[in-house]
Amino acid sequence: MFDQLGNWVAFTLLGLDPQGAAGAAVQFFVMDTAKIFFMLVTVIYIMGLLRAMLSPEKVRDYVRGKPKWMARSSAVTLGAVTPFCSCSSVPLFIGFVEAGIPLGVTFSFLIASPMINEVAVVILIGILGWELTLMYVAAGLTVAYVGGMIMERFKPERWVEAYVWKIQMGEMAQAKPDTSLAGRHRYAWNEVREIVGRLWKWVVAGIAVGALFHGYVPEEWVTEHLGGKDNWLAVPGAVLLGVPLYSNATGVIPVAEAMLGKGVAIGTTLAFMMSIATLSLPEMIILRKVIKWPALALYAGILATAFMLVGWGFNLLSH
Amino acid sequence: MKNIKVLGTGCANCKRTLALIEEAAKAKGIDIELEKIEDIGAIMGYGVMSTPGVVIDGEVVHAGGVPDRKKVEGWLSA
Repeated sequence: MFDQLGNWVAFTLLGLDPQGAAGAAVQFFVMDTAKIFFMLVTVIYIMGLLRAMLSPEKVRDYVRGKPKWMARSSAVTLGAVTPFCSCSSVPLFIGFVEAGIPLGVTFSFLIASPMINEVAVVILIGILGWELTLMYVAAGLTVAYVGGMIMERFKPERWVEAYVWKIQMGEMAQAKPDTSLAGRHRYAWNEVREIVGRLWKWVVAGIAVGALFHGYVPEEWVTEHLGGKDNWLAVPGAVLLGVPLYSNATGVIPVAEAMLGKGVAIGTTLAFMMSIATLSLPEMIILRKVIKWPALALYAGILATAFMLVGWGFNLLSH
Repeated sequence: MKNIKVLGTGCANCKRTLALIEEAAKAKGIDIELEKIEDIGAIMGYGVMSTPGVVIDGEVVHAGGVPDRKKVEGWLSA
C-alpha cells in the first residue's frame, strides 16, 4: 500500500524516471514518510489507550532496594519501555541516586532508555523485519547491562557533583488517572500529539537522509568503501560518525533501511544505529550537570567500544 | 486564588505547559498565581522526576509531559 503510494507520487504524479536517482529517492521518501508516521500514530495511540507507558518514578520505586543483578536486569528492561525526554535525564539521575540505586544500575538505565523503546521496536519490525529487530534489541540490552557493570568497576561515585548527594526527594502523591473511555482517548491522543510533536523532525530528517542514500549513492561505491564484511575499519568509522550525529532511535531506522538496501553489512549498520541513538553530545552536556567530565568520557568510551564489538561480532556471524 | 507552580528545568515542554496554563486561565477569566520552579532541588522536593510537573496549592497533580487542555481546565475550575 505504502509502496504503491510512493510509486504513484514519484512516477505518475511527478513523472520521474523509475530508473533514475531522483525517482528512487522521491519514491523512498514518500513511501517511508507515509508508512512510518502511520505506524507511529497507531502504536502510540494504542499504548496510550492501554496506559502502557511507564514513568521513571515507577521504575525508581521498582528498582530500589532490589539485589544488584535484579536491579540491573529490571533497570535495563524497564529502560527499554520507558520513554523519557533527554531533558529529564538530570532529575532522573538524581532521583535514582537518592533512592540508593547503585550508579552502575543508573548508567544501565541511561544506556537502555534512548537506544530501545517500544515505538522504535514496532517500527523496526515493520520496516526491517523480525530478525534484525531481535538482533538490535538483544545487542542493545546486552550493551546496557554490561556497560553499566563496567562503569561500576571504575567507582564513578567520585565523579558525581557534590550537590547531588544533598538533594532530598519528597514523596509524590500521584494523581489518579481518568480511566473512563473518554479519558483514555484524551490521554492517548495527547500522547500522540506530544510524542509525534517531539519526534517528527528526527524522523523526517532520517527519512530524507535515507532517501538521498537510496537514490544517489551508487552500490559500487558502498561495496568499495563501506561495504564488505571484511572491511574492519567500516565499523569504527560508523561508530565515530554516529557521535556528532544525533537522532532519536526511530529517526535512524530509515537510514538503516537505505544502508542495508545498498549492501552495507549488518554489523556495521547496527553499530551505526546504536551510536546515533545513544551517544550524543547534547545529552552529554546535560549529564555534565550531575557528573564530571572523566565519568562522561568513560561512559562514551565504554559505549563506543561496545558498539564496535557488536558491529564486528555481527559482521563475523553473518559470514 | 490558586497558586500554580510549573516544575521544569527550562526545556521546551516546560515552557509550553506554562503558556498553556496561562492561556487557559485568561480564557476563563480566572485569577491565578503562576510560578515557575527551575531549581532542581526544589523540583525533586515534590517527588517529581519527569518534567514538566504541575503543582496546585502544594499538591502535585501532573508529571511528565505537557498536560492536555481539558485537564488544565479541570484544575482551574475545581
